[in-house]
Amino acid sequence: MDAIGVLMTCPMFAYLEQELEKRFKLYRFWDFPSQRQFFKSHSGSIRAVVGNTKLGADSALIDALPRLEIVASYSVGLDKIDLGKYEEKGIRVTNTPEVLTDDVADIAIALMLGVLRKFCGCDAFVRGGKWKGGDFGFTTKFSGKSIGIVGLGRIGSAIAKRAEAFNCPISYYSRSEKPHVHYKYYPNPVALARHCRILVVACALTEETRHIIGREVMDALGPEGVLINVGRGAHVDEPALISALLEGRLGGAGLDVFENEPEVAEELLRMDNVVLLPHVGSDTVETCEAMADLVVANLEAHFTGKPLLTPVV
Amino acid sequence: MDTNPPQNDAVLPKVLLLRPSALTLLPLAARLRAHFHLLDPLDSSEPAQSFLSLRCRSVRALLCLFTPFVPVNAGTLDLLPSLELIVVSSAGLEHVDLPYCRRRGIAVANASAAFCEDGADYAVAMLIDVMRRVSHGDRFVRAGSWPVQREFPLGFKLGGKRVGIVGLGSIGSKTAKRLVSFGCSIAYNSRKEKPHVPYPYYANVRDLAANSDILVLCCALTEGTRHIVGKDVMSALGKGGVIINVGRGALVDEKELVRRLVRGEIGGAGLDVFEKEPKVPDELLALDNVVLSPHRAVMTPESLEAVQELIIGNLRAFFSNEPLRSLVQHE
Repeated sequence: MDAIGVLMTCPMFAYLEQELEKRFKLYRFWDFPSQRQFFKSHSGSIRAVVGNTKLGADSALIDALPRLEIVASYSVGLDKIDLGKYEEKGIRVTNTPEVLTDDVADIAIALMLGVLRKFCGCDAFVRGGKWKGGDFGFTTKFSGKSIGIVGLGRIGSAIAKRAEAFNCPISYYSRSEKPHVHYKYYPNPVALARHCRILVVACALTEETRHIIGREVMDALGPEGVLINVGRGAHVDEPALISALLEGRLGGAGLDVFENEPEVAEELLRMDNVVLLPHVGSDTVETCEAMADLVVANLEAHFTGKPLLTPVV
Repeated sequence: MDTNPPQNDAVLPKVLLLRPSALTLLPLAARLRAHFHLLDPLDSSEPAQSFLSLRCRSVRALLCLFTPFVPVNAGTLDLLPSLELIVVSSAGLEHVDLPYCRRRGIAVANASAAFCEDGADYAVAMLIDVMRRVSHGDRFVRAGSWPVQREFPLGFKLGGKRVGIVGLGSIGSKTAKRLVSFGCSIAYNSRKEKPHVPYPYYANVRDLAANSDILVLCCALTEGTRHIVGKDVMSALGKGGVIINVGRGALVDEKELVRRLVRGEIGGAGLDVFEKEPKVPDELLALDNVVLSPHRAVMTPESLEAVQELIIGNLRAFFSNEPLRSLVQHE
């Protein structure tokens, strides 16, 4: 299979590059100073693209690669992928669902604990030498706090399972109520926000869910409410979030994603009622390796005529 | 006729209060005084010894808040011939001479039931923080490093990790329950194996460490547990191992831990307690695989309220001859 050309859109994970190189002819898009030159020289050789949510395979890329058969995304999120176009052209698409569910759920709980129990602030307090000058002060109990989940898919359900171990009552909003689920359902995010202390965004980013968390939801969540985002930055109206926090209309926020990553608003950097993470939801050695293995396995399956493991299209 | 019967101290049961001299306890004191006649040697100009021996001969109950200015040892207890109950505000009992109490038939009630959820939550929080680099990540973003450096080191998955809990009391068992939901497997060490517990037991901490990826210390500090995590245990835990301490600083040989962290001979640590608080070894301040906390595991208003209610509940039960709410069973 070495002759099969695979284009990787941007650096993702060294292990993935190694594994791809063992099996295919790997082209690193970022190594070529001129995209035009690259396409001129190599577009005929590329039969597969490995992309992620930072740099997926967009329309322009599809058009430039006439022999493209499959896009294997090193992500679960497909928001950068024009699924309709792929289907139209008969190009297969795979992602990496399941493997990162637990890691993202773990980060969601970490953010909740972080905002309420302020352990990041405590760590900074000690590192800054302030403990000698006095105690840190009280933080807020996490166990038993009500949690509202926006999007009860794999990740949302995994968050709920963990939160239940802390005796947190769970409620949720989803496009439709889920049968056989014993959590309370609310028909819209505002109603959900009104009835919980901590609201967590765990749904996919689509046209409908862009800015699903706006001022109205934040006001409903309230001055003691906490917003947690492990979805996409675009789920939250970020300027509205910043004003809500500055004005005390919202109690706190734990964010792993931002509208304009890696840029994070100055105002957020100075707040002590927020926890800010650099999009690390699935960034563990174990999960990155599992995701990489899945990308490689999907490509191998495709090129040996076997069924794809995790097809989206 | 006396239309206002005196709600005075002569009517209320006496409780001797021992507390640190720096501690102001206005709200709690007011609540206690509604039910009890509080005897507080720090309110008196007499020296403590003479206050205790002259004014507390008939005192049946002692309330010990935090680490009091006089230790609750034989010397103190010998001055209290009528004492039947000691109520403490902590989970730990290292400041109380338990064998002495057992010999004299003095019941001891502690407060772990009031704050064990907060304690467990914090132990889990520190564990996730170390494994997933949460405080490190927050620091990285706040420093403006994300747009510049782009790459942030990977953390480690919680699922599948073997967690060894040292001390399966109320905090330890609630910590275990939470970690199970993250896919961790649990084993434990305790003074004695506990019946009806679904986790494997190891008779000593070294063996527990040899079979764990992460050790969580939730046990009391006693003579037997001082430096219970020392060289042997750290070697058994291994190079990638993580230690989380929400018990007492002295459970760990701090010098040895710092040495190993600096040399990369241990994976990481989450420490809420230290041997000489508030002194934290300088070497730790520069390490990213360490999470530091100023003894905050149970410091929430919810726990504070719950402790006060538990203390009052225990004392009222005692004086009404009802069962104590949180009697410490001697093992």
